[in-house]
Amino acid sequence: MVAQNVFFGIIALIMIYSALKVVTTKNVVHAALWLVALLAGVAGQFLLLGAEFVGVTQILVYIGAVVVLLLFGVMLTKASLGDEADLNMPNKTIPAVIATLMFGVMSYALIDTFRDAELPRESVTNAAAVSDSIFADYIVPFEAVSVLLLAALIGAVVVARKE
Amino acid sequence: MLLVQFLLLSSLLFCIGIYGVLARKNGVMVLMSIELILNAVNINLVAFGTMTSNIAGEVFALFVIAIAAAEVGVGLAIVLLIFRNKNSVDLSSIDSMKG
Amino acid sequence: MTAFSIFAAEGPTSLIQAGGWFLEKAWIIPALPAISFVLILFFGKRMKYKGAEFGIVSIAVAFIFAICCVGQWIGQVNNADNHSEHKQEQHHAINEETAKSDSSDIELASGKDLTVLVAAEEDKGHGSVGIKPVVERFTWWENGGRTFTVGIMVDGLAVMMLFVVTAISLLVHIYSTEYVAGDRRYTHYFAFLSLFSSSMLFFVISENILQTIVGWELVGVCSFALIGHWWEEKPNSDAALKAFLTNRVGDMGLLVGMIILFWSSGSWSIIDINNAAINHEIGHSTLLIASLCLTAAVMSKSGQFILHTWLPDAMAGPTPVSALIHAATMVVAGIYMVARLYGVFFEGYDIAGSSFNILALVGSVTLVGAGLLAFVQDDIKKVLAYSTVSQLGYMVMALGVGAWTAAVFHLFTHAFFKAGLFLGAGSVSHSVHSFDMKKSMGGMRKFMPTTYKTFVVCTIALMGLPPLAGFWSKDEILVGTGGWGLFGGTGGNGTYTFALVMGIIGAALTCAYMTRVIYLTFFGEFRGDTHGHGDPHESGKRITIPLIILAVMATGAGFLNLPVGFLSGSKAGWQERFGHYVEPVATYFPPIAHGTPSWSLAIFSTVVALIGVSAAAYYFFVKVNAQSPAATELTNGPTEKNKVAKAGHTLLKQKYYLDHLYTDIIANGTKGPVADAVYWTNQKGIDEAVNQVGKQTTRAATFVYETIDQNMVDGVVNLSGRASEGLGETTRTIIQRGKVHQYAAIMFAATTILAGLLIVFV
Repeated sequence: MVAQNVFFGIIALIMIYSALKVVTTKNVVHAALWLVALLAGVAGQFLLLGAEFVGVTQILVYIGAVVVLLLFGVMLTKASLGDEADLNMPNKTIPAVIATLMFGVMSYALIDTFRDAELPRESVTNAAAVSDSIFADYIVPFEAVSVLLLAALIGAVVVARKE
Repeated sequence: MLLVQFLLLSSLLFCIGIYGVLARKNGVMVLMSIELILNAVNINLVAFGTMTSNIAGEVFALFVIAIAAAEVGVGLAIVLLIFRNKNSVDLSSIDSMKG
Repeated sequence: MTAFSIFAAEGPTSLIQAGGWFLEKAWIIPALPAISFVLILFFGKRMKYKGAEFGIVSIAVAFIFAICCVGQWIGQVNNADNHSEHKQEQHHAINEETAKSDSSDIELASGKDLTVLVAAEEDKGHGSVGIKPVVERFTWWENGGRTFTVGIMVDGLAVMMLFVVTAISLLVHIYSTEYVAGDRRYTHYFAFLSLFSSSMLFFVISENILQTIVGWELVGVCSFALIGHWWEEKPNSDAALKAFLTNRVGDMGLLVGMIILFWSSGSWSIIDINNAAINHEIGHSTLLIASLCLTAAVMSKSGQFILHTWLPDAMAGPTPVSALIHAATMVVAGIYMVARLYGVFFEGYDIAGSSFNILALVGSVTLVGAGLLAFVQDDIKKVLAYSTVSQLGYMVMALGVGAWTAAVFHLFTHAFFKAGLFLGAGSVSHSVHSFDMKKSMGGMRKFMPTTYKTFVVCTIALMGLPPLAGFWSKDEILVGTGGWGLFGGTGGNGTYTFALVMGIIGAALTCAYMTRVIYLTFFGEFRGDTHGHGDPHESGKRITIPLIILAVMATGAGFLNLPVGFLSGSKAGWQERFGHYVEPVATYFPPIAHGTPSWSLAIFSTVVALIGVSAAAYYFFVKVNAQSPAATELTNGPTEKNKVAKAGHTLLKQKYYLDHLYTDIIANGTKGPVADAVYWTNQKGIDEAVNQVGKQTTRAATFVYETIDQNMVDGVVNLSGRASEGLGETTRTIIQRGKVHQYAAIMFAATTILAGLLIVFV
């Protein structure tokens, strides 16, 4: 338990730091790289929670595909590779206040409700269990997601194509 | 491990993501912040799934990942379109919704 | 023999499982035309006969398979018979005599026997042995603990339909090679003919109601494509659309009915649903609602009053397609569905214990209403179309009164003679290039002897004159109504006197309008114009041979189900063969009672039919012919003299104004106002609201500004003026700046505040 808690703390600190860097850095490419660190941290948290398959998928899909897509976006929109002064809104105080307030409200509610909830110790779920669930109980949502992906594919092509 | 530590981490990421969405004006940066928010949600789903020993949490996290991929694809297409029309991805300059 | 050994292994039980390679592999039969469809689509145009060979070969092989199925099924039933005799011997049953007298007196439904048997097998040991249908199924997909299967269910009914569909389809294929020769979409035509046959066969052997729905819709789509085969002409594509859309109305009923059945029985399987209905596991009112919904589906698919209007219009398609639609595929789908789910209808409408139900009403109204309409049509195919509607009315009515076997038998015989009539009409029109009996036919018997002879044979079969096919099946339906207290019969389910009356009227009408068709087409003088091609001539072999085969079937098919008591002695075994092999003896079939045939009823209905023939014959062959051989009606006939007759004639000419009701009143009535209302809401409501908000805001701002300006000039309340202006400006710039970020910020801030309030106060 202690080891898990230690790892949780280390990963959480890395995640928080990189999340803050994602939203504050002045360099778009750096932001994307910090995002990689953050997403890897999320995958690590999934592994800590025993969700192996989701963790691996997180790495494959997010780090493998989504970040690459974002980097392509950076390239295609001709963002400069160096620092940019014009990334942020002029007024950063209001967003900061809103986010802080929101975190305050949420953390209060969470701590108040789940103060002593212990996670079960042996809770590793394997891919077989996940696939059983997807292809038996959630087959229709699964099909719907596949149609949605197709629609997004076509939609992205249609929106982004040159006339 | 306590459930609440994951929930707090998740809510912190969520709020950082919201700060990013509100404070950034580059379209690509806003999309990155949205990814932050979605990941926060995923941590929540998996944590609650583990807590209740219900596989549904993980299954829905997978669905969220799939939908997030689609969302980034369409979002980037829109950003690209904006860039092509305005030669800029500065969201603060887009105010055609002005009343 | 296989089934027998299976039985022996199982020990004494009242049900034996049917088996046999062809029955278990019945899925091959629909698969063959489906493969042919794909082959024709991809390779048809490159082949020597433009794809027709694929269609013909596949359907011919399917036909052979279907015959093998028939043979195996008969073998299975015979095995079951042997078994029941064997058991009787084993038990040395005392009441063997009772059993014998039973069978000669009132033939109880085997289903009833079976329940008796199950209850009292040990004591009595008599009665027939049930046969489980061949059911092969595998899981298609699962979701949320529900399993969806696909499979086949083959019993006597399905085997009979497989035979009819493949036989008619084969003849239509052969006929089509000549009829549509040289058509610009010849290959396309054969592709859809294959798909049409395949979907009907798929529908026939479907094991669960999901498959039934799929087959049902596939048949609808194919009929749409084939009716609109010559879509370049507007009326044809309109007819195709009409067929499709009218069917959609009923399809809603089908979907709703099937969903009700699924949720109330918890299974998709036809057998399970029937069992649940028969064993009263489903509430009576639920079954009634489901039956009503499914009846709507039957009304549209099988062209029952008041949704029959698409069927005559469907004549726009090529004639062989009409033959296929009317004889074997499309329209009988409704009848077949009722026959398949008969447990539901039987219990839902309480057929056994009542003397009135919607199914019988719809059928009897249709059979008389459509028979009347057939009188005023000049297009030979439309007469036949209304005749089909009328005959389908017979079948629906028979199902409604509980005469299941009679309905299915009528379907069987009707398929042959109606296909023969349609193909005969096609043969005539092939030679005169028109369907109009009054303008381009007449005297055709001299030019087309084979067509003439076969057409007359099929006509007599349709009229129901003994000893041709139509007589036996129609007579059975009349017997089944149970309303012949006058004629000394017994048995039957309820007492459906009105159905009997309507059935006899319908028989007379059928005879009369078919006499009119015969006269106008084949007698009198040729009124057409061959555009200098000489006299019309007989069609080629590929058209006449199918006609001859169908005429032979129309003659002989009736003998398959001779009524009980018709033969005696050693030949008594030839009675009721059709019903014996087709009617399921199993738990999923409701305990219907069979009426005893009555000589007096048969004689009476034949006399009525003959009166119909002679009345029409007197009018046409004597009076009209005397006036002029080229005349088509009396110039001074009853429609001219009598106002009531004239009004009736107009009503019929306008097809009871149903098309007007649908297009002018219902469709236009809803189309106009609804579309207008939606448009108005869009334009005036939504757009106007948005515009007005914008306009008023601007106006208010201007007004405020000007007033303030004025006020400032006037030197009144400077500060308040500035304050108002500032407020207006601020709200406008903050709330309505079009900045997404700001909207998002406001949204998140509001969410936070609301969440905080929730935590604090709740």
